[in-house]
Amino acid sequence: MSKLSQFSRSLAIVKKDMLIFYLKGPVVIMGLLFPFFLFGAFLIGRDLSHAYLFVALIAMTAFFTSTAVGPTIIPWEARSKTFERLISSPISITTVLFGDMQASFYFGIIITSFISLTAIFLGIGVNLLIFIPVVVLALLTFSAMTILMSSYPPTDVPADVMMLSSLVKFTLLFISGIFVPLEKLPWYARAVSAISPLTYMVDALRYSVSMHGYFPLWLDLIAMLFFSLIFFFSGVVIHKRVLEKRFT
Amino acid sequence: MEIIKAEHLTKYYGDFLAVNDISFSVNKGEIFGFLGPNGAGKTTTIRMLTGILNPSSGRIEVFGMDMKKHKIEIRERTGIVPEMANPYIDLTAMRNLRLMGRLYGMKRREIEERSLELLKLFNLYEKKDTKVRGFSKGMKQRLSLAMAMLPDPELLFLDEPTSGLDVMSARLIKKIIREEQKRGKTIFMNTHNMQDANELCNRVAIINHGKLIAIDTPEKIKEIGAKSNVIEFSLSPFKFKEGIVEGRVEILGDKVKVYTGEVDETIKKIVNYAERENLKIVSLNVEKPSLEDVFMALVGEKNE
Ligand SMILES: Nc1ncnc2c1ncn2[C@@H]1O[C@H](COP(=O)(O)OP(=O)(O)O)[C@@H](O)[C@H]1O
Ligand SMILES: [Mg+2]
Repeated sequence: MSKLSQFSRSLAIVKKDMLIFYLKGPVVIMGLLFPFFLFGAFLIGRDLSHAYLFVALIAMTAFFTSTAVGPTIIPWEARSKTFERLISSPISITTVLFGDMQASFYFGIIITSFISLTAIFLGIGVNLLIFIPVVVLALLTFSAMTILMSSYPPTDVPADVMMLSSLVKFTLLFISGIFVPLEKLPWYARAVSAISPLTYMVDALRYSVSMHGYFPLWLDLIAMLFFSLIFFFSGVVIHKRVLEKRFT
Repeated sequence: MEIIKAEHLTKYYGDFLAVNDISFSVNKGEIFGFLGPNGAGKTTTIRMLTGILNPSSGRIEVFGMDMKKHKIEIRERTGIVPEMANPYIDLTAMRNLRLMGRLYGMKRREIEERSLELLKLFNLYEKKDTKVRGFSKGMKQRLSLAMAMLPDPELLFLDEPTSGLDVMSARLIKKIIREEQKRGKTIFMNTHNMQDANELCNRVAIINHGKLIAIDTPEKIKEIGAKSNVIEFSLSPFKFKEGIVEGRVEILGDKVKVYTGEVDETIKKIVNYAERENLKIVSLNVEKPSLEDVFMALVGEKNE
C-alpha cells in the first residue's frame, strides 16, 4: 500500500470531519466566538500597542480554532459506533488520525487567515515570510496536540475529553506569554512557559511584527516542530495501545 | 481453495479468555456461519479475522497472506459489516457510500455508478439524499451492507447481519447474501440465529465460551445430533422431575423434552413412571432434532 494512496484516503477522512463536525453550531461558537470574548476581556482597561494586540489575537485564534473539535472526534466516533467501521477499511490507524489532524489544521488555517486580515485595519506591518511559516507550524503543532488529547483515557464520552482538554488548553493559555510577556515573568514562571508549545508561537509571532522575541526565532520554530512530531506520534502509539478498550 | 485460514486463534482481554485456541478454514465461494450464543466470542473472532484486534496468539491467513504483514492489502479485497455498525447519521446515504468508496481508493465515476446500483438493490434509492439520522434500524443495516459491498469485495464479513431487523429487511439481506454467493463471493457470517444458519450457510461452526465445539454442514451437524432424538411428551396431572429418565431434560410448562440416543429405553421409563404415579400420557412424540435442538444439546444452554 503506497503512502500516496494512504494520503489521498486521509483526505476522505478530512472531508467527513468537515461535514460532520466543523459545520456545527457549538463548534463555531467554541472555536470562534470564544477567543473573541477572551480577547475582549484581555483588552479592557489596557493600553497596549497594536502589534502586541495582533499577536495575542492571532495566537488565541489559531490555538482555539485548531483545538476546538479534534480531541472529541475519536470518542464521538467510538460512541456512535462509526469508529470500528472506519478502522476496518483499508487504512491504517495512523491514516485515520492523520486525517483528523489535517481537519483541525485546515479549519485553523481558514479561520486564522481570515482573522489575520485585522492587521490591515490595525495598520500593522507584518513580515509574511515569518508570519506564514510560524502560523502554519503552530497550527500543525496544535492539531497534533488534539490527537494526543483524544488518545487517553479511551472514553466514548466526548464531554469527558472536552473537559480535560479545556483544562489543558486554559492552563497553556495562561503560561504562554500572551498576557504577560516572557521577559517580565520571574524565572520559575518562565521555566513553566517553556513546556507550552503556545509560548513559541507567541514568541515567533512577535518577530513577524518587528517586535523582539525572548527566544531566538530558529529556536521557536524548532521547538514547534519538535512538539508537533512528539504530539502526533505519541498520540498514535497511545491510540493503538488502547484500541481494544474502545470496543466494549 | 482456502480463503481464510485460522490457526490456534486465542484472545485474552486482560485475564479473561474470550477465544480459546480455535482453528478452521473457509473455502472460496462458501457461506460460512459462525454460530453461538451471546458472549461466545463471535465478534472477537471476526475482529481478529479482519485485523481490528490482534490475537493473543495464533495465526490468520486471508487470501494466502499473513494478516500481520498484509492487513491493508487484505482489507482492500474485503467488505466488512461490523456488529451494530452505524453509518454516519449526520451524512446522507449517498455521502456515506462516497466516503467508503474513497477509503477503498475507488475512482469517482465508479463510486457514483456503483452507489446508485446498490441503493436500488437495497431499496434505498429514494432515500439517497436523506440523512441517515431518520433511518430505521433495517434501513441502516441495509445501507451498512451496501457500504461493505461498494468495492465489490471477494470476501464479506458480516457480524449478525439480520439480528433485530424487521422481516422485510432481514429477508432482503438474506436474498442478497445468496446472490453474492452465486457471483462467486465468499461470506463469513456471525449469527446466533439457528434458522439463518440453516437457511444460508454451507458450513457452520458452533462456538461457545470461546471454544469451537463442532464444525460441519448444517445437515452433518444435525446428524451428529441424530443420536440425540427429541422425545416430547405431556402428562396429566403434570408431575415430572429430572432424573426420572436419562439424557438432557427440558421442562416447558406441562411439556417435557428429553434429548437422548436411547429412544426405546426412555419411552419405557416414561410409561413406567406414568403407570407408577397414576398419570395420563396426553401426548408423546419422537422427533429428529432440528439444528436448534442440536445446538442446545451441544451448547447445553438456552440461546437467546
Ligand atoms: N473489549 C473487550 N474487553 C473486555 N472484554 C470483552 C471485550 N469485548 C468482548 N469482551 C468479552 O468477551 C466475550 C466474548 O464477546 P464477543 O466476542 O463480543 O461475543 P459474541 O459476539 O459471541 O456475543 C464476552 O464475555 C465479552 O463480555
Ligand atoms: Mg457479537
